[in-house]
Amino acid sequence: MLKIKNLHAQVDDKEILKGINLEIKAGEVHAIMGPNGSGKSTLAEVIAGKEEFEVTEGSVELDGEDLEDVAPEERAHKGIFLSFQYPVEIPGVSVTNFMKTAINESRKAKGLEDMPANEMLKLIREKSELLEIDRKFLSRSLNEGFSGGEKKRNEIFQMAMLEPKVAILDETDSGLDIDALRIVANGVNKLKSKDNAVLVITHYQRLLDYIVPDFVHVLHDGKIVKSGGKELALELEEKGYDWLKQEAAI
Amino acid sequence: MDLKDKLISSFMAFENNVDVEHPVHDVRTEAIKNFEKKGFPTKKEEAWKYTSLNSLQKIDFSIFPKEENALEYKDVKKYFLHEIDTYKIVFIDGIYSSYLSETTHDGVDICLMSAALTKPMYQPVIDVYFNKVASKDESLTTLNTAFSREGAYIYIPKNKMPRKPIEILHFATGNEASLMLQPRNLIIVEENAEVQIIERHQSLTGNEVLTNSVTEIFAAENGIVDYYKIQNDAPTASLIDNTYIDQKDKSVVRVHTFSFGGKLTRNNLNFYQNGEYIDSTMKGVTILGDKQHVDHHTLVHHIEPNCESHQDYKGIYGDSSTGVFNGKIIVDKIAQKTNAFQQNNNILVSDKATINTKPQLEIFADDVKCSHGCTIGQLDEDALFYLQTRGIPQKEARALLMYAFANNVLATVRIPELKTRINKLIANKLGVNLGFDL
Repeated sequence: MLKIKNLHAQVDDKEILKGINLEIKAGEVHAIMGPNGSGKSTLAEVIAGKEEFEVTEGSVELDGEDLEDVAPEERAHKGIFLSFQYPVEIPGVSVTNFMKTAINESRKAKGLEDMPANEMLKLIREKSELLEIDRKFLSRSLNEGFSGGEKKRNEIFQMAMLEPKVAILDETDSGLDIDALRIVANGVNKLKSKDNAVLVITHYQRLLDYIVPDFVHVLHDGKIVKSGGKELALELEEKGYDWLKQEAAI
Repeated sequence: MDLKDKLISSFMAFENNVDVEHPVHDVRTEAIKNFEKKGFPTKKEEAWKYTSLNSLQKIDFSIFPKEENALEYKDVKKYFLHEIDTYKIVFIDGIYSSYLSETTHDGVDICLMSAALTKPMYQPVIDVYFNKVASKDESLTTLNTAFSREGAYIYIPKNKMPRKPIEILHFATGNEASLMLQPRNLIIVEENAEVQIIERHQSLTGNEVLTNSVTEIFAAENGIVDYYKIQNDAPTASLIDNTYIDQKDKSVVRVHTFSFGGKLTRNNLNFYQNGEYIDSTMKGVTILGDKQHVDHHTLVHHIEPNCESHQDYKGIYGDSSTGVFNGKIIVDKIAQKTNAFQQNNNILVSDKATINTKPQLEIFADDVKCSHGCTIGQLDEDALFYLQTRGIPQKEARALLMYAFANNVLATVRIPELKTRINKLIANKLGVNLGFDL
C-alpha cells in the first residue's frame, strides 16, 4: 500500500532522512521508534507532503503511484492522514464546520457533490461516539483551549471522519493520561481494517501496549537501523536506544 | 481655489440657509474661525504622519448638492440590514430621504439633526450636549461643526430601549461630479437606557466622494451603546470619521469598526471616561486590497478610577494597501485600578502592503493594569500545512486561516443577523467559499 524506497530528504541543505526503505501492506500496523532527533517526525511530514522538506533521492509510493510533486491536500484526497504531534488552533471555526469543509473539499476533488447535511450530522454523531466526544465539544473552535488529551482525541476523530488508507500517528501518546490514551487507542483499533494501514511514530513503548504493531522499526540518524516484531519495542523499553546506536556505529 | 478656501467661502452661502440667530450658530462661527486658522492637517503633524489628505484637497468637490435625488429601495436594499426590522435614518447626497427612512418619536427620539438644531422643543437638550464632547480644536472636527446642519439625532430617555436597532445610512448618487458630505450625529443615552446603531456610508458612483463625519455619543449611568460602523465603500469614496464618546458611571460603550473598502478611511475614535466602573470597548477588522488606505486612531482617556477599556484590532493587508493603527491610552493620576488592554494584530499577504502600528501609553497612576501588544506577520506555514493534510487546498486553507484570524473579533457583535452579514463580508472579501453556512 505505502512503499518508501531509499528516501533521502533535507531541509536547508541539512540531510535528515538518509535512505529509508519501508513497505506497509494493507491491514498492517507498523511502529517507528527512535530517539529524539532521529528523523521520525520528518519522515511523517515528508510522507504527508510538507514542502519545507526537499526530497533529494528515492520515492514515496501509494498504491504504486509516486507521490513526488503531489500537494499535501491531494495526498489527503488519495488517502494519507497525519495525526499531528502539535495540532494547530483555529479560532472562529468550529470542529463541526472544519470537518464539513475538509470532507466536502475531498468530495469535490473526487467530483462528488457536497455531503447532504443530515448525512454529515449522522456521520459526525457516529464518529464522535467512537472517540467518546461530547456534543458540546464539536461546536467549540478547533483546538482552541483544548487540553492535550482533547487535541489528540480530536485528531483521531478527524481520522475517523476522513477514513484514510494510511494513517500516520505522530507522537499521539505524548501529553495523554492513561484514560485518554486508552480512548484514543481504542478509536484507532476500531478504525483498523484489512483495507487500511497504520504507522505509529512514538518515542515510548507505552502506546504500543494498546495499538499492537505487526512490525517495529528503529530509526536512528535518518536510517532504519533495526526492524523486528512487537517484541523489539519491549527490548527497546528495557535497554534504551544506546545499544542500537553503538550497533549502528559498527 | 483649493478646498480650504472653497469651504471658507462656502460658509457665507451656508449662512443664507440656516438660522444665524440660533445659539448653535455661534458655535459654528467659532468653529469656522478655528478651521480657517488651522486648515487641513498635514503629514508634519504626528497624528497625520502616515495619512495624507493632499490629493483629496486637489479635487473640486461640491460642498452642497444641487438637487434632491431619489433612490428606489430595491436598488439599495442590499446595503440595509434587511433581514431584520430596523429604524432607518437615510440620507441621499446629504439630504434626508423620508421615503427610505423609518424614524420615531414614540417614547424615544430617532430623527434628524436638522430638526434638533432648529426646533425649540429640542433646545434644552442641544444646549447641554451639542458640541460638548467633540473637539473644539481638531481642525476636521471644527470644519464639520461649522457646517453642522444635518445627520442623525437619537435620544433615548431613562430606562428605555428602542424595540429595534437603528441604521444610519448615507448614500452618494454621483449626480454631482464630486461631492463632499459633512454629516453630524448626536446620540444621547440616558440612565439605564440602551441602543444599537449601525452606520454605513455608501457611494453608488465612480465619482469622488469625501465624507467628514462627526458623531457625539453620550452614555449616562448604566447606559449601554453598541455602535457598528460598516466601511465597505466604493474605491473612489473617502471617509474621515470623528467619533467622540462621553461615558458616565457604569456605562458600557462598544464600537466595532469593519473596514473593508473605500479609498482613504480615517477613524478618529475618542473615549472619555467621566465616571467609575465604565467599560469602553473598541474592536476592528480591517481587510484591504488594491491601494486602499485605512488609519485607525483611537484614544481612551481614563479620567476616573476603576474603569476598563478593551481594544482589539485585526488587519489583513493585501496588494499595495496601507494601514495605520495608533492606540493612545491616557491614565490620569487619580484613575487607579484602571484595566486597559490593547491588541493590534496584522497579517501582510503581499510584499507591497504596509502597516504602521503604534501603541501610545501615558500612565500617571501607579495601581493599574495596562497591557498592549502588536504583531505583524505572515500566515503560519504550519497551520497551513495542517489544513492541507485534511484535504483543504492551499488557497482555501489560506482564506480559512485569515477568516479565523479576523473572526475572533466578532464575538462581541450582539445582533446575530449583523454578525452573519459581517462574516459573509469577510468571507467575500477574502474570496473564500468556506464550505459551511455562517
